[in-house]
Amino acid sequence: MRKITLWLFSTVAAVVLLFSYRTSTDGGVGTAAATVPATSQPSTSTTTAPSSGASPSPSASSSTKSSSGTKTYTGSTASTRWGDVQVSITVTNGKITDVQVPVYPNNNGRDQEINASALPVLTQETLTAQNANIDTVSGATVTSDGYLQSLQSALDVAHLS
Amino acid sequence: MTAAALRQRAWVEQIMGLPISIHLRGNGLRSGVADERIAAIFAELRRVDEVLSPYRDDSDLSRWDRGEVGLADADPMLAEVVRLCELAHERTEGWFDPRGLPDPRDGHPRYDPSGLVKGWAVERAAGHLAGLAGTGWCVNAGGDVLVHSPDGQPPWRVGIEHPGNPARIMRVVERRSGAVATSGRTHRGSHIIDPYAHRPAETVQAVTVTGPTLLWADVYATAAAARGKASLPWLEAIADYEALIVTSHGLLHTTGHWPSQELMTGDQC
Repeated sequence: MRKITLWLFSTVAAVVLLFSYRTSTDGGVGTAAATVPATSQPSTSTTTAPSSGASPSPSASSSTKSSSGTKTYTGSTASTRWGDVQVSITVTNGKITDVQVPVYPNNNGRDQEINASALPVLTQETLTAQNANIDTVSGATVTSDGYLQSLQSALDVAHLS
Repeated sequence: MTAAALRQRAWVEQIMGLPISIHLRGNGLRSGVADERIAAIFAELRRVDEVLSPYRDDSDLSRWDRGEVGLADADPMLAEVVRLCELAHERTEGWFDPRGLPDPRDGHPRYDPSGLVKGWAVERAAGHLAGLAGTGWCVNAGGDVLVHSPDGQPPWRVGIEHPGNPARIMRVVERRSGAVATSGRTHRGSHIIDPYAHRPAETVQAVTVTGPTLLWADVYATAAAARGKASLPWLEAIADYEALIVTSHGLLHTTGHWPSQELMTGDQC
């Protein structure tokens, strides 16, 4: 139950994960993409069914390689509640050197928000925290009324004496 | 996982309208000493609620706000909180402001320091755990977290909930000590007020701040939620505190030293 339960539903998830996974060795990013899903251990509980229709994809949908170890990975387009999102990253010598979001929700024309420090938060990149090996949850204030439905209450119950 | 071998116990009480859960890790958790310390924490938080609750007409806070009692004659906790609120107002460039907030019961403007009281009170009460040598602890007050890991224990893994889907975790940060505080409108709607525009702040969904103290992590998160994405340069300039902001468009911004490498795999750290 306390094993990490990590579901990656889409290519974009893998790409965003890559961005967050700072590696220090050459080729480490590619390795991360391959190994993170592999080391996840789906829990025996099946209540964590994927909430989106996206199908798992083992790697970026496309990549281009240039000289000197620079590679660009482009994820497939993912539909989010805010609109379609597509992320591409450029990796040089194992380090992410650029992030582009070629497709993003622009219902308000907020394109200035898109830069290397602004990534869409996708539901697909989240962990199902049916105790995803976390000890506690930080979130917007949970009231007493909302507590019983909260993730934190589940984590507490596991240790209540 | 190394944590699995550690003994862990949890206690939960509802105080100040919030679930307060405390987890302890280590040996001797059933010796009775741990229960005494936990009881002392909960008792102290209940006392804080009596003195500083905006929901109680008879709290020192409410009586002072109505002009019925002076600061010097009220419980000294009130004067300390008022002083800290002034400091918070200053440090947040005015974006944390307890004055003129809507009364949680009837909406009338009043002085409500609750955004500071929670972190301050939890941090203060957690002092009761300081003497438990070799014991790790994690206090979670309605989504604001303060932890400590002694030598030989793993860090606490704090999941940050996805503001669009509170059943899911969007990031995990590992802390050996210090705070992770989140402000936002996931559970209670738009309750954060923009003190300049005098209306609910809605440009961000959630702000999470990590740092050494819960008092200031919570204050900074609240101020940043009111100020919006424009608070990033200000947050960036605060030493030892890092922030993650999710805008209303679902975009994620972080300060430069946000521990993004700690996203998924606990055994990396």
